[in-house]
Amino acid sequence: MATDYYKVLGIDRKATIEEIKKAYRKLARKHHPDLNPNDKGAEQKFKEINEANEVLSDPESRKKYDKYGDQWKHADQIEQAQREQASAGGGGFGGGQSFGGFGGGGSHFEGDQDFGDIFGSMFGGARGRQARFKGTDLQAELQLDLRDAAITTPRTLTVNGKQIRLTIPAGVENGQTIRIKGHGGPGMNGGPAGDLLISFSIAADPIFKREGKDLYVNFDLDLYTAVLGGEIMVDTLDGKVKVPVKAETQNGTVVRLKGKGFPVYKKDGSFGDLFVTYTVKVPTNLTAQQKELFQQLAKS
Amino acid sequence: MKTPDMDNDTLIPVELFCTTCHVETTLIDSLEESGLVQITVVQSRRFIAPEQMGQLEKMVRMHEDLGINVPGLEAIHHMLERMESLKDEMTQLRNRLRRFSDEG
Repeated sequence: MATDYYKVLGIDRKATIEEIKKAYRKLARKHHPDLNPNDKGAEQKFKEINEANEVLSDPESRKKYDKYGDQWKHADQIEQAQREQASAGGGGFGGGQSFGGFGGGGSHFEGDQDFGDIFGSMFGGARGRQARFKGTDLQAELQLDLRDAAITTPRTLTVNGKQIRLTIPAGVENGQTIRIKGHGGPGMNGGPAGDLLISFSIAADPIFKREGKDLYVNFDLDLYTAVLGGEIMVDTLDGKVKVPVKAETQNGTVVRLKGKGFPVYKKDGSFGDLFVTYTVKVPTNLTAQQKELFQQLAKS
Repeated sequence: MKTPDMDNDTLIPVELFCTTCHVETTLIDSLEESGLVQITVVQSRRFIAPEQMGQLEKMVRMHEDLGINVPGLEAIHHMLERMESLKDEMTQLRNRLRRFSDEG
């Protein structure tokens, strides 16, 4: 589908160079990738605006575009063919009409062939400037489960057909983005490649909840241990650990297991804490004898 | 402005950058003055360190493409930094909230 550059810039077909420049700047200030980091939508929109500006702000290109629409780049070949046909007595090409019905005041183009990239530089708004530009940053999402995120692990990612080996440090956060330099889109005019931005999506764990470097877990504590005290085995990321329970522990009591939480990002050997919340469970299906014992307790 | 002991091969002379990018050296001066880029001086010659290139190119692009002057670039730079920090804060809060929600 062809693009109407006048529509892209929101200007009239008779717009002056000044009006084109003004419209371009106004839209570019809104959609420029430097002002909208990591926004694919803005980047795409800016490409369109830039392309429209590149063509319309150059009188020669604009003239061709007005005549041949999205096939303006082939204007010379078309005119050459027309001349050859005319000198051979043929009448195949009827002005601009055969090339997509690009009518003067019309607002849509009919040619559906895409003759491709007419902008050599995505950021090259200033005409004649051949600056080197860094390639676009690419984005990828990597899904991990909580336990994977707790260990420093080497991974191989395939991005745009290329395999990238990277080490994910233990302790990454859900939603955190890391930047892998030079693995993004290729640079322009010899500029450096962009970066690869990897965002982590860490799935919820059925046992642990995480808040930064700390972990939280619930533990169902039987009534007898809660009343009399004892020892329980609590799940941690490293397996079960023995935890003493004080006599007369109340429902909702929270105990902290120091250093049994999540590893701290990029701080080897540093860990958060694990907070265990006790939910005291009242026994069910009591025998008559057990009920009597509770009644005795209640009276005592 | 800093004057480290650096290998000149890795540094880009300011004049070369300006010629290649068709920008005035006064723009680089203003950007340096406002603290938006750092210029490295070695034996009285002014260079751009590779780690400054990304930031400098970004500023030049905004200046050239959008017609934003240096005070405007400063304001944008601070706003983008603030946006980045708010984004980080939002991620942290979202993760905190996650602990209290059903999804885990």
